[in-house]
Amino acid sequence: MSTAALLFYLFAAMTIVASLGMVLNTRNTVASALSLVVAMISLGAIYVLLDAYLVAAIQIVVYAGAIVVLFLFVVMLLNLRMDVFPAARSRLPKLLGIAASGWGLWMFLRLLPGSLPAISPAPEGFGGFRALGTELFTRYVVPFEATSLLLLAAIVGAVILAKRRID
Amino acid sequence: MPDLGVILKLLFMVVVVMAALLPVITWVERKQSAVMQDRIGANRADILGIRLLGLLHPLADVLKLFGKEDVVPLGANRFMHLLAPVIALIPGIITLAVVPFAGVYDFGSGPVSMVAADVDWGMLYVFAVGSIATYGTVIAGWSSNSNWGLLGSLRGSAQMISYEVTMGLSLVGLFMCFNSLKLQEIAQAQDTTFRVFGFLQTLGFVHALPRWLSVVRLPMWGILLQPLGFILFLTCIMAENKRAPFDVPEGESEIIAGYHMEYSGMRFGLFYTAEFLEIPVIAMIVATLFLGGWTIPWLSTQRIVGPLTGEIGVGAAMGLCLILQVFSFFAKVIFMIWLQMQIRWTLPRFRYDQVMDLCWKIMLPLSLANIFVTGLVILAIQGLSR
Amino acid sequence: MLVPLEHVIALSAVIFGIGVVGAVTRRNLIVILMSIELMLNAVNLALVGFSRAWANPVGQVFVLMVITVAAAEVAVGLGIVLSLFRNRDSVDIEEVSLLKW
Repeated sequence: MSTAALLFYLFAAMTIVASLGMVLNTRNTVASALSLVVAMISLGAIYVLLDAYLVAAIQIVVYAGAIVVLFLFVVMLLNLRMDVFPAARSRLPKLLGIAASGWGLWMFLRLLPGSLPAISPAPEGFGGFRALGTELFTRYVVPFEATSLLLLAAIVGAVILAKRRID
Repeated sequence: MPDLGVILKLLFMVVVVMAALLPVITWVERKQSAVMQDRIGANRADILGIRLLGLLHPLADVLKLFGKEDVVPLGANRFMHLLAPVIALIPGIITLAVVPFAGVYDFGSGPVSMVAADVDWGMLYVFAVGSIATYGTVIAGWSSNSNWGLLGSLRGSAQMISYEVTMGLSLVGLFMCFNSLKLQEIAQAQDTTFRVFGFLQTLGFVHALPRWLSVVRLPMWGILLQPLGFILFLTCIMAENKRAPFDVPEGESEIIAGYHMEYSGMRFGLFYTAEFLEIPVIAMIVATLFLGGWTIPWLSTQRIVGPLTGEIGVGAAMGLCLILQVFSFFAKVIFMIWLQMQIRWTLPRFRYDQVMDLCWKIMLPLSLANIFVTGLVILAIQGLSR
Repeated sequence: MLVPLEHVIALSAVIFGIGVVGAVTRRNLIVILMSIELMLNAVNLALVGFSRAWANPVGQVFVLMVITVAAAEVAVGLGIVLSLFRNRDSVDIEEVSLLKW
């Protein structure tokens, strides 16, 4: 197994451990957010190993560098220190939920081998910003511009939601 | 395994910056501010009576910081309290991997590029790594279990993520001019000169430029092609460093020491090191992008190597050129460090709402306008020169 | 390709499963939002894997769109969390379940 493949499995393990750490951590919301950051950075590393360089850079800049900072910002602003909630009415829905997703995952992983078509070789410069930029600005320019409108709507919505009410 | 060349180049950059530049920069801060403020500055530290103009003060600082007690406030999260300065420090160091300290040389067995990591997406890596640096500020204040710390942390994180946006946008014009994200290619593209009055010929006012006018040439540096981009980028990256007039998160007179208030001893030393490490890193990136990097103005690599090859052979000519260009690079880095110190000790601190207004209401529209105008000019030049 | 495509998709499925468990099980609204982000990331990984396997850049273009949508959704979601906190002083979803059966 080459070094790069070994790195892939290492980052895969790191992602799984970090996402489990995020979901299972009930005491400290900030620690959950930091586990999420680790998961995203290791996913970015996996993207680099899969030749998706621009996507990896954008993943780290946007996801790990801005979105999770926004989460941490809200946690700090609201000063949510301890995750102490009174006990729920019944633990059955929780256990059923975990069982259902576990079963779904197991069925999927059972059916996975042999179900995917063959792999084609990748051309030179694949996944680099030049190739992707060309595609983005020629064939997919309409979705590109549409997402900018979406972001405008999100900005306006977020500002209005977070504004203090002028009573 | 990375090969020996990469390791050597990386070691060179890290050792030069951390061991040679960093202590001198703390000395420069003290002495430059002293000269500007008409006082002497710190000059008492000595070893056996030898004072060296105060150059031993960085050593004294380090020894003092190591000797202090490590105080972690009651109720603070110990692990995150320790993690925060480390996260603040590491992005500064790993940015050095993509900065070219010399050009591409052919000593006879193929071109050797003097960058540790010569990747096509160098500037994207710099942006990505810079975004990670935000977490040092975010976690530091929160894990300190103190009101001032939290306040400084909130302000700092909001400031940093705001200025990242404009930082990226202000460079898009530069990427359009030089057609690359690779720092080595951008530096190489600045290795030539352009005729100052060439626009007369491009616009069609004269058929061919007379010889006496076409002799006036300027090096094709980023600052001459993108002056507004330079000002915007320098402002944004100094705001990222939370130095200069943008040090609201650690505002000494407002919120005591802000997000690194509850840090003492070497933990504070790590924050201090992180802040001062960013200064040469910023200087190197700005020098590479806008001031021509390792290129010597009006003396391109070809003009140095060409005549010398006949005299002393290709290898020696390339080696001499390498040394000259490394000196040129570090001369520009030192100039940028000096400039950052000047700005820091001249301007008063901005108010927090002024900082955020500046980013979102002034610099973001300006950077978008810069992209727009740059695109128009490039299209016009391409269209007219057909 | 570096590793077999099945491994990439299996990893994506596992992360998605962890995200689903987080979104279904946890009571802290912010952790639920983070689990949704994790699910989106798992989908991104699958898209990048397929894009690399079949040398089609459309997968990566779609990933950029997904990242943008995720950013927009986080902004609005956190705005909702802020308003909710101002009204109820809690981010526990059991407290805002008035419309539940």
